[in-house]
Amino acid sequence: MRRFELDVPETLEDCLHLLATRGPDAKLLAGGTDLLPQMKNGVLTPRRVIDLSGIPRVKVLESDAKGLRIGAAVPARQVEKDARVRGGYASVAEGAALLGSVQVRNLATIGGNLCNAAPSADMAPPLLALEAVAVIAGPKGERRVPLADFFTGVRKTVLGPDEILVELVAPAPGPRSGGSYMRHTPRRELDIAVVGVASQVTLSNGVCSKARIALAAVAPTPVRATSAEAALEGKALTPQLIAQAADLAAQSAKPISDQRGSADFRRHLVRVLTRRTLTTALARAGA
Amino acid sequence: MAKQILSSTINGEAVEVLVQPYETLLDALRENLGLTGPKEGCGTGDCGACTVHLDGKPVASCLMLAMQARGRSVTTIEGLGKNGVLHPLQDAFVRLGVPQCGYCIPGVLMAAAALLAENPKPSEEEIRYGIAGNLCRCTGYTKMITAITEAAQAPRSA
Repeated sequence: MRRFELDVPETLEDCLHLLATRGPDAKLLAGGTDLLPQMKNGVLTPRRVIDLSGIPRVKVLESDAKGLRIGAAVPARQVEKDARVRGGYASVAEGAALLGSVQVRNLATIGGNLCNAAPSADMAPPLLALEAVAVIAGPKGERRVPLADFFTGVRKTVLGPDEILVELVAPAPGPRSGGSYMRHTPRRELDIAVVGVASQVTLSNGVCSKARIALAAVAPTPVRATSAEAALEGKALTPQLIAQAADLAAQSAKPISDQRGSADFRRHLVRVLTRRTLTTALARAGA
Repeated sequence: MAKQILSSTINGEAVEVLVQPYETLLDALRENLGLTGPKEGCGTGDCGACTVHLDGKPVASCLMLAMQARGRSVTTIEGLGKNGVLHPLQDAFVRLGVPQCGYCIPGVLMAAAALLAENPKPSEEEIRYGIAGNLCRCTGYTKMITAITEAAQAPRSA
């Protein structure tokens, strides 16, 4: 690893000040599970590293009637095991449980997974389907960006060089709601999603009042499958309708072919995983 | 580039040690503190040979900067047994002859100890999941699972 200076700020304000004065050569360090391997193999060579682990503001995990707040530096393992997350936001717990091994999940953070902005990021689909908002701090104060607008390309986000992702806020999905996240990987553990799908549905008077479906690893960024969502809303979620929505989700996917899978295989996986996650979400909503 | 003072609790003892800002926790443990139980296998968090406990939770010490352990409690394989008595997992691994080349064993034991601390009677599936982050290049997984199962069944004071 190339040598660097390390700052260990204890407040968000100090961290923002450091980021503003240290310049573009500084890198923010959260869990380090993506950053350190890239620094060890020379892909990234920052002259300065700013460690977020001492800042309480980015380590908050709270749930109340309004929704769920996940600090950007909360480890995946904490999210995976949190009873409130497992109960009310099952898809988020499922995504968190898939990041690497236990040893990695005790370090890897939710914010790091999102800021790394891999198309296959496992935390993105569950939070997109819950319509989460990214709270971003910068020199001019805080701004709130819907997660749907957060990713701008492969490994690219809306974050400016002087900004920090502080937390993710997911509004409570309300009663009679359920969610699910599933992915396909050749190996069961420590692998990267060939395709990941999250579904979130809310029921009211026997019909689906709201449906949200988000896909990973089928486009340069994680994306919503809006045509499939529209096909479900206002209707009873029969197996036939779920199959139709799965077809629409597969048609909306624009995957590439690479060593993990061909574009055709990925479209097939979108169809299968959309059907499975919708069926699970429906059962969890209490259908 | 100035060294920084790392203040942590390591295997139950308060420790202050000078570390480089770019030093990993694994390197600080091995090079500065002489704790060579944790091993470097891949250096990228895939193999688990460097597993230690941070505040009781298993982490890949090759993916952490040493300074990120400031104010926290680190336990290595050297601190797993207490007062010269092997941990029941270590005892089971010795009795059943689990280690082959032995390189992965400290990491496997730390992962298994964290599993049993959270889940004292894990199923075989849960054991396999608990050590999924540890690679054994001798492929000696079957005996590991037998030994962890046996250690979980052994009566324990703690």
